[in-house]
Amino acid sequence: MDPQELRVIANRIRRRDVTAVYEAGAGHVGGEMSVTDLLTALYFNTMKVDPAAPLDPARDRLVLSKGHTALALYIVLSEKGFIAKDEISTFLEHRSRLNGHPNRVKVPGVETNTGPLGHGLPVAVGMAKAAKLDRASWRTFVITGDGEMQEGSNWEAIMAGAHFSLDNLTLIIDHNRLQQGARLADTNNIAPFAPKLEAFGWAVEEIDGHDMEAICRALSADAVTPGRPKCIVAHTNKGHGISFMSDNVAWHHKVPNEEQYRQAMAELEEAIR
Amino acid sequence: MNMPFETAKLHDCRNAFTETLEQLAAKDGNIVAVCNDSVGSSKLGGFGEKFPERLINVGIAEQNMVGVGAGLANGGKIPFVCAAAPFLTGRALEQIKADVAYSETNVKLVGISSGMAYGELGPTHHSIEDFAWIRALPNVPVIAPADRIETAAVIRWAAEHQGGCFLRLSRVGVPDLLPEGHQFKLGQADMLRDGEALTIIANGVLTHRAVLAAALLEERGIAARVLNMASVRPIDEDAIIAAARETGAILTCEEHTIFGGLGSAVAEVVVDAAPVPMKRLGVPGVFAHTGSANTLLDDFGMAPEAIAESAEALIARKG
Repeated sequence: MDPQELRVIANRIRRRDVTAVYEAGAGHVGGEMSVTDLLTALYFNTMKVDPAAPLDPARDRLVLSKGHTALALYIVLSEKGFIAKDEISTFLEHRSRLNGHPNRVKVPGVETNTGPLGHGLPVAVGMAKAAKLDRASWRTFVITGDGEMQEGSNWEAIMAGAHFSLDNLTLIIDHNRLQQGARLADTNNIAPFAPKLEAFGWAVEEIDGHDMEAICRALSADAVTPGRPKCIVAHTNKGHGISFMSDNVAWHHKVPNEEQYRQAMAELEEAIR
Repeated sequence: MNMPFETAKLHDCRNAFTETLEQLAAKDGNIVAVCNDSVGSSKLGGFGEKFPERLINVGIAEQNMVGVGAGLANGGKIPFVCAAAPFLTGRALEQIKADVAYSETNVKLVGISSGMAYGELGPTHHSIEDFAWIRALPNVPVIAPADRIETAAVIRWAAEHQGGCFLRLSRVGVPDLLPEGHQFKLGQADMLRDGEALTIIANGVLTHRAVLAAALLEERGIAARVLNMASVRPIDEDAIIAAARETGAILTCEEHTIFGGLGSAVAEVVVDAAPVPMKRLGVPGVFAHTGSANTLLDDFGMAPEAIAESAEALIARKG
């Protein structure tokens, strides 16, 4: 798909996300803004998935390990046709299947339940290994947060991914430099990621995680290094697209008031004009 | 005086596990084994020789091991995830909760050397909390087979079962207790001996001790019912209620802390449906000292003679 078309979709997803957070009175809007371009490129350009056959054995898999940004995934799935668009308005409602973290049993298109951090990459390693056992060509993608990389389970999986030569596995680190309570640099500064992943035997590429052309290029099958799993360090901004949220640690799960909501929507509207 | 354990040929149930797994894997190419550097202790060497691609050793990394199992299941595989029970369950408990139980994935968790099997290695290596930990999770049956025949039956069942499960295997030798050809039915106890004076409920390596205790009681004119309760969750409520009503007292024996395990599960049914005097034998909420599994079980009041004495004391409490 043309990068400009993808930008338009991503912007639509951002606006729907901000509205849903505003209406639900909760959500993880900052991280959703940083991950939206990545999810849009995956679902509308890179991945082979079919909403009519969500469990097709040959489908590509996406694991959203930073599961607290479920809302962005739900909206992407609704734009793609896995769930109805009007269902987004039920986000976080009593008995809604769209809870704050994704559930594969309830929501078609979700591959594994996430929420606790550091779970997605090990599961993705298992998926990629299953494809290798079957000599199947489907690919596995996993998105983690950068703060999430502090979880040791990720490094267990990084070792395994390299040892098993999983070149059908792509880890995308949403490197927005902020975690829940503070900046990554002020918490347990695991950055820079590239030399660490390279030392573990991964092929690493650093990109601007809001540059749609760069994202699509990095995700393409042509950008795979045979025999090595791939890590894309996506440099992003938490709260991207909204001036007062961008790169501001306060907006991990803060809810905009009416004035902030109007400003956020106006800025996002302006961005696609 | 303790009954001797050398009266019958003893079997290491791990052999039944791997022999059965290899048979199943020969027929079903989707069966894979995942382990954490435990090829030897899980007895997966033969599996690895026969199916080298399908033995997935993730190294010493239990959280990743369970996540990998969940991912393999997503990709259509039937993973048997094998590790020493204390580390499989304790170290990867959240992975078991989120990636297996909550995600409803088809992962077979096989905790080997459970209970006091690593008695001499100390409490870090005792797995006497695993019933409680896993029993608290939805969607994951908790099963502790009593002998090699039941172990093989449970492995066959697990391969067919659509969903996760936790199988708790020892490495301590036990004689054959169940008949050849025994079929495992989830949530169904086996009555190994009938009686009306009380019911002894046990599983895993304790079933053998319960049977020996019942034989001692018989010599004293006391007819004890013995239920082998391999399935801790779901538990056989009908058999427990019938035992309460027909025998009036229930004694449980387990290689586990008495908090949250088999005895607790039985007590929950008894107190809800048919209150009768009960006694739970197990590890009484302490870290055990050093010793072999059998020695430690003796120390915690589960030598056959001690079980018989507990039974007699319990019978005296019947109204």
